[in-house]
Amino acid sequence: MANNSLNDLFINAVLDFHNVMRSNDISLVYEGEITHSITKAFTSLTEKKMEEEEEEGKIQKKVFHVMVECLQNISKHADNNINSYSKDGRGIFMVHKGDEEYKITTGNLIAKEKVDDLKESLDLINSMNKDELKALYKKQIKEGYLSEKKGAGLGFIDIARKTGNNLVYTFKDVDNETSFFILTSTIKR
Amino acid sequence: METIKIQGTDDTPGIIFDAENKIFQISGRSMPEDVTAFYEPLLMWLEEYAEIADGKIIFEFKLEYFNTASSKLLLDVLMKLEEMYEDGKEVSVKWYFPEDDEDMEEAGEEYADIVDVPIELVSYDG
Repeated sequence: MANNSLNDLFINAVLDFHNVMRSNDISLVYEGEITHSITKAFTSLTEKKMEEEEEEGKIQKKVFHVMVECLQNISKHADNNINSYSKDGRGIFMVHKGDEEYKITTGNLIAKEKVDDLKESLDLINSMNKDELKALYKKQIKEGYLSEKKGAGLGFIDIARKTGNNLVYTFKDVDNETSFFILTSTIKR
Repeated sequence: METIKIQGTDDTPGIIFDAENKIFQISGRSMPEDVTAFYEPLLMWLEEYAEIADGKIIFEFKLEYFNTASSKLLLDVLMKLEEMYEDGKEVSVKWYFPEDDEDMEEAGEEYADIVDVPIELVSYDG
């Protein structure tokens, strides 16, 4: 006979998950492969919700911008963990809505060899003021060639410019070859 | 020349490239799944059109949103117009932005700084 009851571990996991989401004001969370249709679905879902909540138009646009760039970062740049069977372009994506701000958080695996370069560009962007970011954007768009994965190298600069806030990030070692990259972008309401 | 008419969707812009009636428009949202595949035929069309274009050409951009991947391709479109302009053609650009959208206005200003073709910024009641 099939076992129709849920085991306690699973029940607790669901409850914990529910509590963590509620206590952190997380309105959307997803873990898995980020495809174009996922990006479209999440952005339009969030957009509808913000419209219903009569969020200011300017803020809606900023949230939309940041979501798209964050999701595309994962789909283009996430690496798989060589010790597991997970596919590239996979990660976790969260939207937090607080009284004073929206926070968009992404997490994905990345090859350790890329960490230094990534840190360097994030720190450079964080050290820049509005005008410097504008100049960097223009330089990148003019000189930047489309990489083979079709990003223009402009995503982080654009997020920093649209939010006016630093890109908060951290790297956690997963194993010898892989790190977990967490990035949070904040949009003030 | 054959007219290109593409209906806009929630992730791809509406396109009208009509040489006969001289209507050139890119409007709506641009975040195609494959930006290069979407814009490549448009760039090729412009290349061809540059050979036969004459008289006044006004190219209209009326975008609500574009992602950074599209921004490079939009620059490629503008650079084609720049080539035409430098070739002595009477080309100009109208960059429309909703009056409350500073980011879209700034994007137009930035393109105007980068490419050598007259770009007029036009606000509308969005």
